[in-house]
Amino acid sequence: MDLLSPIKDHHSERRLFIGRVTLTSIVGFLLLSTVLARLVQLQVFDYEVLAQQSQGNRVRIEAVPPIRGLVFDRKGRVLAENLPAYQLELIPEQVANIDDTLQRLAALGLIEAEDIDGFKDLSERGPRFKPVTLNLRLTEEEIANFAIQRPRFPGVDFQPRLVRHYPNGEAVAHAVGYVGALSKNDLQRLEPSSYAGTAHTGKTGVENSFEQDLHGDVGYRHLVSNALGRQIPTDSREMADSLPSDESAAPGHNVYLSLDLDLQLLATKALEGRRGAVVAIDPWTGEILALVSAPSFDPNLFAVGMSTSQYSALLNDIDEPLFNRAIRGAYPPGSTIKPMLAFAALETGATNLSRKTMCRGYFMLPNTTHRYRDWKPEGHGEMDLHNAISQSCDVYFYELSVDIGIDNMHYYLDQFGLGQATGIDVRGEHSGLVPSREWKRTAFSERADQRWFHGETVIASIGQGYMLATPLQLASATGTLATRGIRYEPHLVAAVEDALTGQRTMTSPKRLADVTIKDPSHLDSVTNAMHGVMHGLQGTARAAAAGAEYEMAGKSGTAQVFSVSQEEEYDEDEVEERLRDHALFIAFAPFDNPRIAVAIVVENGSSGSRVAAPIARAMMDEYLGYGANAPQ
Amino acid sequence: MRRSDARQLITDKAVPLGGVARRMRRLNIDGPLLGGIVLICALGLVVLYSAVGENMRLWLNQVVRLGVALVAMFIVAQMSPDFLRRWTPWGFLLGLVLLVLVLIIGEVSQGARRWLDLGIRFQPSEIMKLAVPMMAAWYLHDRQIPPRAGQLLLLALMIVVPTVLIARQPDLGTALLIAASGFIVLVLSGLSIRLMIAMAVLAVPGALVLWNFMQDYQKQRVLTLLDPDSDPLGAGYNIIQSKIAIGSGGLFGKGWTNGSQAQLEFLPERDTDFIFAVMGEELGLLGVLALICLYVFVIGRGLYIAIQAPDTYSRLLAGSISLTFFVYVFVNTAMVTGLVPVVGVPLPLVSFGGTSMVTLLAGFGILMSIQSHRKLLPH
Repeated sequence: MDLLSPIKDHHSERRLFIGRVTLTSIVGFLLLSTVLARLVQLQVFDYEVLAQQSQGNRVRIEAVPPIRGLVFDRKGRVLAENLPAYQLELIPEQVANIDDTLQRLAALGLIEAEDIDGFKDLSERGPRFKPVTLNLRLTEEEIANFAIQRPRFPGVDFQPRLVRHYPNGEAVAHAVGYVGALSKNDLQRLEPSSYAGTAHTGKTGVENSFEQDLHGDVGYRHLVSNALGRQIPTDSREMADSLPSDESAAPGHNVYLSLDLDLQLLATKALEGRRGAVVAIDPWTGEILALVSAPSFDPNLFAVGMSTSQYSALLNDIDEPLFNRAIRGAYPPGSTIKPMLAFAALETGATNLSRKTMCRGYFMLPNTTHRYRDWKPEGHGEMDLHNAISQSCDVYFYELSVDIGIDNMHYYLDQFGLGQATGIDVRGEHSGLVPSREWKRTAFSERADQRWFHGETVIASIGQGYMLATPLQLASATGTLATRGIRYEPHLVAAVEDALTGQRTMTSPKRLADVTIKDPSHLDSVTNAMHGVMHGLQGTARAAAAGAEYEMAGKSGTAQVFSVSQEEEYDEDEVEERLRDHALFIAFAPFDNPRIAVAIVVENGSSGSRVAAPIARAMMDEYLGYGANAPQ
Repeated sequence: MRRSDARQLITDKAVPLGGVARRMRRLNIDGPLLGGIVLICALGLVVLYSAVGENMRLWLNQVVRLGVALVAMFIVAQMSPDFLRRWTPWGFLLGLVLLVLVLIIGEVSQGARRWLDLGIRFQPSEIMKLAVPMMAAWYLHDRQIPPRAGQLLLLALMIVVPTVLIARQPDLGTALLIAASGFIVLVLSGLSIRLMIAMAVLAVPGALVLWNFMQDYQKQRVLTLLDPDSDPLGAGYNIIQSKIAIGSGGLFGKGWTNGSQAQLEFLPERDTDFIFAVMGEELGLLGVLALICLYVFVIGRGLYIAIQAPDTYSRLLAGSISLTFFVYVFVNTAMVTGLVPVVGVPLPLVSFGGTSMVTLLAGFGILMSIQSHRKLLPH
């Protein structure tokens, strides 16, 4: 022991030490108390909030998209279905050498060599357990090819997904419409929560307007996932016990259309290589039996996704395949409105069945020199109402139009649904146009343009000038002629079926206001004349009715696209194809008990009776059971 | 007097020692202290098994480390306090040299230079955890306490030099703990309370100065503590997830290995610094209270040994080791519950990791040595 050090007072030193230990213990006790208080705060008072937060941490809600409803035709044939497509995926954490794997996949032709770098980047960027999609759509051959090679590619596999498929795509594209990738715009009108997990939505046609029925209800799965988002199998841990119960997705309703696929295919074939539209309606229900616009397109391209060049090719095609001519195409109806005008003339007393007019091939308003030509340059001779319709004499109607007047014309054509939206159950129809004095006053801004001229009444009487109608409107108006004045709203969807219960909700035909008729014989006279068009000795479309086992009524129309000057003759061979007249035809059959009304428009088809009428005949044959498909 | 009788006289209790206690005494083992430590370690291993995601290999690793640390404790317990005291300056000097070496040739890992590889790979700062309080106690051993001003200055140097060297690595957590262990010796030796209050007042401007010397990540930790929600996915993430883990455990916990925060890796550093949160989540308030009670028992036993110690060196050293252990427990639990900034301080005897475990148990070895080598001295 160091003797130089002062003698230590061990007793007082120990007292001091004990004092200090006591002091530090008190301080320590206080510090520990704050920790204990904190623990009590967290685990007792904040327990509920924090427990909820921990639940939110681990439980991820994943939307389960519903399976889209199917679309059938009136005979139960599939128009839109969901087919599995296979996509190629790579899970980075299961692949030892990503570069080598991608190279070998490229060598097999499953991916493009130029995409390798991009995929490598993708597989390095995201979480290692998240699959990277290498190829969205494998062909059958590629699937088979890969299946053989699969053992050589650990971590690469194909995954099924459902893709909308339209087996008769082109024939029904404009009626059924198509689904496309869900866009930001779509989400503004759709409920985003019910579209969580859904990749596609209806863009046009029935797919669009019956989206709510077809889509179904989204379901939810609760997944346990870790901090990186990796899904943890829930069966292995007690942690899964407290998961909220899942809600399964309810599949979309199936939609039955009133369309007849046979008619669709027939009309599509008939319009092949042409621009035009065919609409057929059951006049007693308003059910649309056929709705075809040509040229058409493959709606499957939209469902699967297409390249930019494919899309711009569709958009920029001069024949506008995406344009639905059947409901959006507004054409001058030409002579197809003559039966309705004749009815107007009879009802207003502007004419009677015995009144005769001398047709010399042209008509002039009093005190003018302008000649309104008949389509038959030499004239029809002496014409009464019946012959004027069946032979489509323009001069008779020119003369009549002055007596009816534009406002009466408007009133009666309006009764048949022209110049207004038909109310079809798909979006985007054009409402057409039936001019009137009032319309002209509001449609033009220049005072000079707001005046109605007699000459405009004259050309309106043969469905030219301002007058416009869609093929759908014409078909619907023809149906009204067929029912002798009873109108139904046209519709495509005949029934909606609950995919789970099989319960069907039929669309009940919506009867519209009847045409006001003073004397029912007036309409009969008109339809008799339309019968004459098909079956009369000089009927303009008698060729199209030849050999029919049933009777029908029809009316041809030829609408000018381009005006021929006063002294010129219209010679179709010399006129450029796109400037030729549009060919129109309306018809219904059987004559006494009509079951089908059709309207045909063939753009630049030159002659309604020669080009459009045979299509109408074929449609009626097919529907009434005399077609090529009919049992012998 | 027979040897065993002499031994019997120095025991705390008047009752004769049982066979087991006698054998422990012969091995210089303090039964209550060992019991407390073993219980903490056992509970720790149970929690750790869950915290390493039931990884048997990692868990066995820790069991082996614990075994090594217990052997170290046993060896240290055999060294008499006199022996330890004699070697103290040399140990301190060696520690200082190694710390300087670390700064020159140490291995860099995760932006810090903490490791030295001289045949065996270790952190010299661990040596200092014991060497600093030993050195301070050694200095005060044969001097009259409380120390005088000049002596205090020298003592301060003994504490500050290693602290600064370690802070430079940088390893702020260890530096603060080492400074604390030295400071505790000063407090126990009767550092004037008025001086301590003055220092606390000066600490405010001192903290501002320190702020300027802090690394960005260290500043961030302080800022995050003040408002963890300001950056929930960044720096505040650890504290938020830790609080959620503890709080969602409630009174009884989610059950062993069933803590979703811990098992699904929402909780960062779940097997090291934040293992207390795993325990809070899976075993609940009752579980962590049990652990804290065991800690309090061990600390209390250590302070009892310190009070019973026969000389200044033993007394100060035992007191410092016990109270430093408390600082570990407090800093870690306060950090995990979001009361103090996140400094890298593991939960003693529970967190995964080897070096600190050996140092800790070596410290308890010293306590046992002090208790068992006690001679009968007149009070």
